[in-house]
Amino acid sequence: MAKSLGPVKRKFSPWTDPSAVPFIRFENITKRFGTFTAVDNLTLDIYEREFFSLLGPSGCGKTTLMRMLAGFEEPTEGRILLQGKDISGVPPYRRPTNMMFQSYALFPHMTVEKNIAFGLEQDNLPKGEIAARVEEMLKLVKLEPFAKRRPNQLSGGQRQRVALARSLAKRPKVLLLDEPLGALDKKLREETQFELMDLQTKLGLTFLIVTHDQEEAMTVSDRIAVMDKGLIMQVATPAEIYEAPNSRYVADFIGDINILEGTVAATESALGAPGTVRIDCEGMAVAVEQECQAVAGDKVAFAIRPEKVRISPDQPADPSANAVYGEVWDIGYLGDFSVFLVRMADGRIVRAAQANVSRLVDRPITFGDMVWLTWPLDAGLVLTR
Amino acid sequence: MANVSEPLKSLHTNPARWLVVAVPYLWLLLFFAAPFLIIFKISLSDTAIAMPPYTPLFQGFGALGDFVSNLDFENYLFLTDDPLYINAYLSSLRIAVISTFLLLLIGYPMALAMARAPTSLRPTLVMLVILPFWTSFLIRVYAWIGILKPDGLLTLFLQTIGIMGPDDQVQIFRTDYAVFIGIVYSYLPFMVLPLYSALEKMDNTLLEAASDLGCPPWKAFWKITFPLSLPGVIAGSMICFIPITGEFVIPDLLGGADTLMIGKTLWTEFFGNRDWPLASAVAVILLLALVIPIVIFQNQQKKVA
Repeated sequence: MAKSLGPVKRKFSPWTDPSAVPFIRFENITKRFGTFTAVDNLTLDIYEREFFSLLGPSGCGKTTLMRMLAGFEEPTEGRILLQGKDISGVPPYRRPTNMMFQSYALFPHMTVEKNIAFGLEQDNLPKGEIAARVEEMLKLVKLEPFAKRRPNQLSGGQRQRVALARSLAKRPKVLLLDEPLGALDKKLREETQFELMDLQTKLGLTFLIVTHDQEEAMTVSDRIAVMDKGLIMQVATPAEIYEAPNSRYVADFIGDINILEGTVAATESALGAPGTVRIDCEGMAVAVEQECQAVAGDKVAFAIRPEKVRISPDQPADPSANAVYGEVWDIGYLGDFSVFLVRMADGRIVRAAQANVSRLVDRPITFGDMVWLTWPLDAGLVLTR
Repeated sequence: MANVSEPLKSLHTNPARWLVVAVPYLWLLLFFAAPFLIIFKISLSDTAIAMPPYTPLFQGFGALGDFVSNLDFENYLFLTDDPLYINAYLSSLRIAVISTFLLLLIGYPMALAMARAPTSLRPTLVMLVILPFWTSFLIRVYAWIGILKPDGLLTLFLQTIGIMGPDDQVQIFRTDYAVFIGIVYSYLPFMVLPLYSALEKMDNTLLEAASDLGCPPWKAFWKITFPLSLPGVIAGSMICFIPITGEFVIPDLLGGADTLMIGKTLWTEFFGNRDWPLASAVAVILLLALVIPIVIFQNQQKKVA
């Protein structure tokens, strides 16, 4: 994967600073369309210079939330503060936000140049300044040779760049991106993701991106809000979302994961170290090292990512380790990884992923082999929600 | 160019395709080119008290020389002599221009409202626009006589609600105003439908994008909506302007004695004066006056695109 060549953000975490003032604040926002509640009493803070993603399946309310910030929808209840000022009732054309539309929404009767200049012309800037800014934007998105073309004479990737340049031309305080890379192929999408991150750091803008593509959200964001049915399930950094999801929903939505329902058998707390939770997953005993509110008898879920499960034909030497015995039911060869579906005696399936570190065509473990799956105490998770 | 010549080649070789292309051309030849040539020939002839009322008649190819030498352009010269004809042409154009402008003024908001209406309602609205066609055009124009005449429905209505005294009467019937009302009423669907089809195709997110970039709605209309609906504006204006210029029925039924329109003049020459050659010359000039600007316009459009 291409490495970002631009400036890299280090130690950027205003959300951990209790004195930091949020740049955008959604305060108890509810939006109803008729009887349907798109956004349900939601509160969310976004900080200046943050690259923030709203992630969720379609219909989760993420686009509605963004459209309320742009001013296309008014909240049914609650208010939106931008730099501490309530922007309810301010029409979209007076808001300091600009949006890059999912469909790009380029004006078909105007050239690339005119499209980019459109926002600047509304501010009645002097002609020379507009021309200079358009020039600068064209350079930024590497479209100088296409200035005089119409949108229908451009490729999908070029159109997306024009849309980006147009939304950046006014130097908005907040740039809203609605599924910005949805229409691009994988290679171009990855390239553009890194370009977006560079741009955001270079220009020092606040980006709010709406996406259903978790990979995209993970790559570009400082923080991600995972949404479902109008509610925010978790707001955290990509690493936290992946490694420490707070619920079955978030765990299942982001990446691949094994989730086994069970009951807490016992909790032990050792001095200085996080406590150990012992869970009985319908006959399978697992132990997890985790601070956890659950007590014996609670219904919880044990979750573990496939890449954290080791697969081996030999029984582990350490009897205290988590270990499961089963038959290789299916193998998914993904090139960089192989995913083994291991079927336990009672029929449940646990997935284990193994990096293909050597160039072997015939792998030592194959269909029908009896194998042991093991994982350390700190690899799994207890999910109480 | 290869991909262009490919279908053309098969067009030349495949007789079935030829047939498909030939049908509309044959139709035009039979029902447009041939009648036009006949009219053109008559316009070069002289009146005669005969049946048909003009000379020379085509007597076979033997007398072709005589036949051709008897044709001349004196009818066209006569059109330029008598200011009646030029005034009639100009008056027709004036009425057509004003009517088309009024149609745009009334039709555009209607089409815009239709295009912005909820999707479920749109077919009904289109139906309502087309609905008047269910009754005869002539009957609808006659209905306007009933409304506009001095003791008609309009007078009655205004007297009833008290705007007019019981002895006053509306003086619209048999004036140019009545002609404009009749034309605008009759041609409105022809203006609304092309406008609607152009506006309905428009992507609403374009207006959101304009607003997002700082453009208030009234400005966005002139910067986005109107330019993108121009094909509809041009189509609607053409469809209305051309037939209005030659309109005969509406000025005849609703207009006054001083309402000068070329369609009416044509009728008078043809049936009143039985001067077929002069009437034909009037018709030929009318056709040229309408066709030439449109051809020029379309060539310009092609250059732009």
